[in-house]
Amino acid sequence: MSAHAAITGAHVTAVGARPGTTALGLHYEAASGAVADAGLTLDDVDGVLCAYSLAEPHPMLASAFCEHAGLRPAFSAGIHAGGASAATMVVQAAALVRSGQCRHVLVVTGDNRATGMSRDRAIAALAEFGHPEFERPFGLAIYAAYALVARRYMHEYGVRSEDLAALAVVHRRHAGRHPKAHMREPITVDDVLASRVIASPLHLLDCCLVSDGAAAVLVSAAEAAVDCAKHPISVLGAGQGHTHEHIVAAPSLTEFGCRDSAARAFARAGVGPGDVDVAAIYDSFTITLLVELESMGFFAKGEAGPAAAAGALDLGGRLPCNTHGGLLSFGHSGAAGGMFHVVEAVAQLRGEAEARQVPGAEVAFVHGDGGILSAHCSMVLARR
Amino acid sequence: MTTRPLPPITPDSRPFWDGCAHGELRVQRCRACAGLQLPPRARCRACGADTFDWATLPPRGVVYSFTIVHRAPTPAFRDDVPYVLALVEVAPGARLMLNVVDCEASAMGIGAPVDIGFEPREADGATAFLPVARLSPATDPPDARPAAR
Repeated sequence: MSAHAAITGAHVTAVGARPGTTALGLHYEAASGAVADAGLTLDDVDGVLCAYSLAEPHPMLASAFCEHAGLRPAFSAGIHAGGASAATMVVQAAALVRSGQCRHVLVVTGDNRATGMSRDRAIAALAEFGHPEFERPFGLAIYAAYALVARRYMHEYGVRSEDLAALAVVHRRHAGRHPKAHMREPITVDDVLASRVIASPLHLLDCCLVSDGAAAVLVSAAEAAVDCAKHPISVLGAGQGHTHEHIVAAPSLTEFGCRDSAARAFARAGVGPGDVDVAAIYDSFTITLLVELESMGFFAKGEAGPAAAAGALDLGGRLPCNTHGGLLSFGHSGAAGGMFHVVEAVAQLRGEAEARQVPGAEVAFVHGDGGILSAHCSMVLARR
Repeated sequence: MTTRPLPPITPDSRPFWDGCAHGELRVQRCRACAGLQLPPRARCRACGADTFDWATLPPRGVVYSFTIVHRAPTPAFRDDVPYVLALVEVAPGARLMLNVVDCEASAMGIGAPVDIGFEPREADGATAFLPVARLSPATDPPDARPAAR
C-alpha cells in the first residue's frame, strides 16, 4: 500500500553530561536537527508531539516547547507512556498524517536529567513510578522492580547473571562504533559481574545510563514526503500491548505486553521476526531486553543470553540489535531514550550508520517499553 | 534523615489498612467469582465484575520473587540498605510487596513461605501499621517446593 506515513527527518544530539543545557533547549536542538535533516524548516511543521521531562516538569510540555520554539502548529499534544512514549508518538504522528490532519508532525523528546538534577533527585523521581500505597512505602525503585522480574525469570527459565551480562557487553561494543555515545570503553562479562550490586541480581552495568540528550523525528504524509531531502522510511505497521502499571499488580513476571505488541506490529506490517534486518529494542536493563527478545519471536525462552554471547546481536549476527549502544551504553535521557532507538533504525535503513551499518538493511523493528514492562509499543519500519 | 513514607490511604484501600491496624490481612474479594486481588481496584481481574467485599486471610504467603536492594531509592531508605524486597503471593495471583526482615540473604528463595506481621511506622506525627514478612520457621528449604505460578 502506498499511503504509509514516512519518517523524513531524524536527529540525535550529543548525549552524556551536557552542563549548561536545559530540557527545552535540548528539545529545540533535536527538533532543528530533524527538520534540517528533512530539508525543511520549522515553519513547515504543522503538528507537534512531546512526552515529558523529569528535570523540568511541565504540565503541558508540548505547548511549552512550541512557545519556546516559536511554533503555532495545527495540532499539539503530550503523550505519557514512559519508555514507550517515543514509539507511541511516532505511531500517533503517522496516524495524524494518514488521516490528513497534518502534513509534517515533529516528534521531539529530550531531558537534561544528568546535569539538570542531582543523581539522588533523578533516582527519587524514578521511584515515583512505584505504587504510592503498595510499593513505595516498602522501598521499591524501578531497578528493584526489574530485579524482581529478573529473579523470577531466572528461576523459571534457567537464565544466569552471565547471560544478562552478555547483553551489556554487546551494547558497549556497539556504542564504541558510535561517535556520540555516552559510554564507549569496552567491558567484559567479568566487568559486569564485578560491578556493584544495585538490586540483586542486577549489577550497576546491567542498568541504563543517566544522560543529557535529545532526539527528534519528523513524520510526514506520503505525498508530502516526496518534497524531503532524504529517502523516506515507511512506518509499515505498529502495535501495542498493556497488562499493568505496577509490578505488584502484574499478572505475570515472565509474560508481558511485548508479546502482543510485536505480534500486532508484525501482522499489520505483513512481515515476521525472520524478516527483520536490524532491531532497536528497549534496554533499560539487561533483563528488559532479554525478556523482550524472548517474548517477541526472536529467541526461545532462555536462548537470548547464550546467543548474545555467541554474537547473535552483533553486526553480522542473526539479529543486529541496538547498534547505537542502546540505553545501556549510548545513553538514556528519559523519553528521548526510546527515540534514540528510532533514530538509529532510521539511520540503518538509510544506510547512514557508518561503522555500525548493517549492509543492505531494509526492515527494522523498533520497540519501546514503559514502566515496569507495563506499556509496550512496537513498530516495523522499512526502506520502501 | 527523612522518614520512610506512610501509605497515602484512600477510601478504596482503607479496609486493607484498617485490617493491618487490627493485625488482619484483608484482601479485596469479588462478589461474582470470589476471586481475590491486591491492590484493590475497580474491576475484578478474573471476571470483570465490579462489586467486592473484603476477605480476611491467614497472614501467610509464599515468596514469588525477591531482590536485595543495595541502592536506596530515596534518602529515607539509606539507613536500611541492604534490605530484602519480596513479592509475596497471599492467594493465587494476589500479591503484596513486602520487606522480609530478620533473615539472612542466603536464606531467601523463590517459593519460601513467609509469615506476615503488622508493625507501626511513624512519620510526620501520623502512624500507620504496615505488613512485614518473616521467613516461616522450620519449613522446606527454598526452591525445594514447586514454584507458585
